[in-house]
Amino acid sequence: MDKNNDVVLLKGNEVIAKAAIRYGYDGFFGYPITPQSEVLETLAADKPWETTGMVVLQAESELASINMLYGAGCTGKLVFTSSSSPGIALMQEGLSYMAGNELPGVIVSVGRGGPGLGTIQPGQADYYQAVYGGGNGDYNTIVLAPNSVQEMCDCMGKAAELTFKWRMPVIILSDGMIGQMMEKVVLPPYRPRRTDEEIAQQCPWATNGIGLKKRKYNFMSTLEFDPQVMEERNQKMAAKYRQVEAEEVDYELYRVNDETEYLIVAYGISSRISMKAIDLLQEAGVKIGMLRPKTLWPFPNKIISQLSERIKSILCVEQCEGQMINDVRLATEGQATVFHAGRSGGMVSSPMEIVEDFKRMAREKMSNNWPKGYWMK
Amino acid sequence: MTREELIVPENKVYGKPTLMNETPMHYCPGCSHGVVHKLVAEIIEEMGMEEDTIAICPVGCAVFAYRYVDVDWIEASHGRAPACASAIKRLWPNKLVFTYQGDGDMACIGTGETIHALNRGENIAMIFINNAIYGMTGGQMAPTTLMGMKTATCPYGRQADLHGYPLHITDLAVNLEGTCYVTRQAVNTVANIRKAKKAIRQAFENSLNKRGASLVEIVSTCASGWKMTPEQANQWMVDNMFPYYPLGDLKNTIE
Amino acid sequence: MEGEGVVAIKTKSRILPTNFLLSSIKRGSGERDFMTEEIIIAGFGGQGVLSMGKILAYAGIMEDKEVSWMPAYGPEQRGGTANVTVIVSDDPVSSPIVSAYDTAIVLNQPSLEKFEPLVKPGGTIIYDGHSIIQPPKRDDINVYCINAMEEAARTGNSKVFNMLVLGGFLKVRPIATVEDVVKGLHKALPERHHKLIPMNEEAIRKGMELIQKKN
Repeated sequence: MDKNNDVVLLKGNEVIAKAAIRYGYDGFFGYPITPQSEVLETLAADKPWETTGMVVLQAESELASINMLYGAGCTGKLVFTSSSSPGIALMQEGLSYMAGNELPGVIVSVGRGGPGLGTIQPGQADYYQAVYGGGNGDYNTIVLAPNSVQEMCDCMGKAAELTFKWRMPVIILSDGMIGQMMEKVVLPPYRPRRTDEEIAQQCPWATNGIGLKKRKYNFMSTLEFDPQVMEERNQKMAAKYRQVEAEEVDYELYRVNDETEYLIVAYGISSRISMKAIDLLQEAGVKIGMLRPKTLWPFPNKIISQLSERIKSILCVEQCEGQMINDVRLATEGQATVFHAGRSGGMVSSPMEIVEDFKRMAREKMSNNWPKGYWMK
Repeated sequence: MTREELIVPENKVYGKPTLMNETPMHYCPGCSHGVVHKLVAEIIEEMGMEEDTIAICPVGCAVFAYRYVDVDWIEASHGRAPACASAIKRLWPNKLVFTYQGDGDMACIGTGETIHALNRGENIAMIFINNAIYGMTGGQMAPTTLMGMKTATCPYGRQADLHGYPLHITDLAVNLEGTCYVTRQAVNTVANIRKAKKAIRQAFENSLNKRGASLVEIVSTCASGWKMTPEQANQWMVDNMFPYYPLGDLKNTIE
Repeated sequence: MEGEGVVAIKTKSRILPTNFLLSSIKRGSGERDFMTEEIIIAGFGGQGVLSMGKILAYAGIMEDKEVSWMPAYGPEQRGGTANVTVIVSDDPVSSPIVSAYDTAIVLNQPSLEKFEPLVKPGGTIIYDGHSIIQPPKRDDINVYCINAMEEAARTGNSKVFNMLVLGGFLKVRPIATVEDVVKGLHKALPERHHKLIPMNEEAIRKGMELIQKKN
């Protein structure tokens, strides 16, 4: 076999579609929105219903999409949707229902500048939306943060695994830049979709009728009239969430060693730009490294706390006016001061801008101006 | 004779469908839901589809439908049952997939999902309980509330200038190319119950045979919401609802 | 760089002047043992800017290099300005957007004005002779002109315009061989367009002849 057979140049959005087909997803339900429309376009062009049997449906709205996901998840199928900021906002109700019923389902969020319609340019202002959710109630969703086209691909496989392992929705939080840029990517081998029997075995809770005569009927409902029962459900879910926090934290360190004096914390596209900024600063002799959360929930609190003990200050780089920074500050447990860097509204920092932000941070520190430093701009 | 002596097989003239369980129903006396639930249970049983049925209930009075009929149920969020059902039927093409919704769910908050699922010709059946009022939340105005009809949110009667007109969603469905069967029934008399059963069965068979979308409207009573006795409610329905929502098949492309 | 020369960053080891970065961002060729080429291609929508970048990226893949292709996307592509950042490197690409470029290929005047100042000292700028009225003025970079528009018009085949430019680029920055570009074309183009590849290859070779050094 030609070794380049599965090495291709693809956009982040395109690879989401191709990875879904190869990882054996059962269906996609989505509504077009820039900058992620290539997901549905690629699926439509590749016609997976003729090969793997994957269902592809353009829904009438994001509201319908997420409820299609909800229905499919109830029956134990592996399905996903994809959207961008305002579309994900519309999905929050459905996400709460999915979380409440402990359903599998993968949601790809390709962020753009907001609020409202905002811009169609890349943004990371949906950290809160993904990590804290806009849906009602006590729930969490696993949030994966890819920073390359290859990771977009890998995340589709990881999300498929995690969403069934923990029975909770998984959000892949990307942005317009990773969605739109092309990189070299190695596609995974084809994995067959699960058979009905496998689904029945893996998901005895699913409402798909299989084996009904030999079991009690299944149902999916989030409604409880008895608050005590509802509390018990919440406590059960919370116990699961604590377990996810203990087991699924994922992060990466870049140029961090015993000498490191300054730390950048960044995810997604900001981490890529920060790598370049770090290279430039290192060339000039600054001992700076980066911690990149690969899971935003659960968040890598422990390592940030450990690093904060010996780090002078932290620059949190995100393409918004500062959202993840609050989680970073909590994680430091007051041991290091955290500064914000990044653009917003669809503007994206260049490596040099991050370098400038770093210099400003260093100045702030020298002028003994820590508390004010939090909002750098 | 004691009660026990009477209940013997040779005396049996009527039985509860085995899919209906012993859970006491929360529906008010005289409510049409109970009758339609029984029809649904009977039909699934007669068709032998227990293991191949996926039912989707709404938010509304039928939110607890899953408690009474022993098949796999999904409670959708308010109005989204048709979206839910669309995905499920596409992923499980050989299953009987139906939604069971009220007027607020299907014709108000979920109008978009309803119209689009019907228009895409999803191979699903939709049962639409139209009692012209919000029962679960305590008798507020529904999209199908008649002109002049009094509810908690139109206490002086529905007026066009204040509230707009009743929505004929079933008539809208007739004009959508994806629908194969659209009918309006009632369950107020034995004859009507038989007709309604036939209609629901036809809709279920359409789903199984992938003939397109079917919509069965059941013009229903809400004795509590209408503030009447069950008997009065039935009569009021005949006098006021039927002229506005006349019974009969509106569209049937399966002959 | 901002004009605050007195402010310095104090780290444990040394004090750095604020303008230290200007020197560190100079072209890396010769100083490092690996190759990284950061390229911006900019022009009007319809000039084939994005597809030229894509073919270049594919050629990089054929040479077993790491690549990234980052377009400025959105409705402004249609008829407005279009640009794409292509990075071809022996090392994994860090940031897909950069602050300064090794090479700028500018195919209209606004793009030249925007990107000329962002070429690293010692870098390269390539412009189309017909599309640019005011040529680049910098003398610390290599300035090349290619009369690709004229050539395309002369041969009556406007579609190969971007391939002529690509040929010119490969002549002065030989980061991939013509053979690899042709292999890249096979990957980048749908099968139904493969019959056009010989014509494109010819254009690339023609472009290599057309390019002229201007300083």
